[in-house]
Amino acid sequence: MVTGIIGKKVGMTQLFDENGRVRPATVIKAGPCVVVQAKTAARDGYEAVQLGLIEERPARVTKPVAGHFKKVDLPPTRILREVAVVRGEESVKTGDRVLVSMFAGGDRVDVIGTSRGKGFQGVMKRHGFRGGQATHGSMFHRAPGSIGQSSYPSRVFKGMRGPGRMGGRRVTVRSLQVVRVDEDNHLLIVQGAVPGAPGSHVIIRKAVAAKPVQVVQEGIPKGKK
Amino acid sequence: MNTIETIEQGQLVDRPAMQSGDTVRVHVKVREGDKERVQVFEGVVISQRRGGARASFTVRKMSFGQGVERTFPLHSPVIARIEVVRSAQVRRAKLYYLRELRGKAARLRERRPKTRA
Repeated sequence: MVTGIIGKKVGMTQLFDENGRVRPATVIKAGPCVVVQAKTAARDGYEAVQLGLIEERPARVTKPVAGHFKKVDLPPTRILREVAVVRGEESVKTGDRVLVSMFAGGDRVDVIGTSRGKGFQGVMKRHGFRGGQATHGSMFHRAPGSIGQSSYPSRVFKGMRGPGRMGGRRVTVRSLQVVRVDEDNHLLIVQGAVPGAPGSHVIIRKAVAAKPVQVVQEGIPKGKK
Repeated sequence: MNTIETIEQGQLVDRPAMQSGDTVRVHVKVREGDKERVQVFEGVVISQRRGGARASFTVRKMSFGQGVERTFPLHSPVIARIEVVRSAQVRRAKLYYLRELRGKAARLRERRPKTRA
């Protein structure tokens, strides 16, 4: 059984829950996907499937990629991603469809995507350094401060956090709750934010470490006697 | 209509047309244990934000000499009903200046309802 699906982030909105509270929600257009290649332990050393995202427009692909699709007699797709399969269950064949209906409301999922690029950023934004005083004559504001000692070790240790490119890397948000699944329109609504800008592609997989669904305790409402 | 709007559509509730300066009575459902009752919050609309299901409005009232403001999501299921009590003639959309005014100075001139031809 396939554990994930490729999706496109549509955007965020808010939904009211059963208690009338506002909850942030992200809309993802997930799938439909097609299995392009099934990787086997015998041939590839591990079990997985390569999924292609079916889109409205036909993909323009290079000859080598076209050959990859011709081998399995499928129309080429623009986006290809690999997801794991559950071992020991009936094997997945190429050409099989993967749809959002694999998820249901209340499920926990992990969403993997590429975060928004922030460009070259300083240590305060990039690593959460505290910086110095803004006022009172302080001349030390957003600088990183000392990065090492003098005579010993007389060098900067590897991995010292400093300014640099921020964002634009692979980010996994784990254990998001599925609010609703719209099978007809291939839509998946999860509670909370997912990495990347609207229009960016994400992988949605079954949560590897699913948190239990939080239950709000009935009792005295906060802030009131 | 885009995808987000389609999803928000299901949440929209029919609400009366309000304007900044209107005095409204907001009937809020309050849950206490397993009992539910309705509480009325009456005051002046000092701000409205649009945006489909994300629309909200702010109501300001004086409670025992203390200004109280409450921002409601317009389409919140917690709101049972909104009544427009009276309308006032105001010259801006956000009436934040009322926060600095007390008593007589914080009054608003009533708007004559437009005569329909």
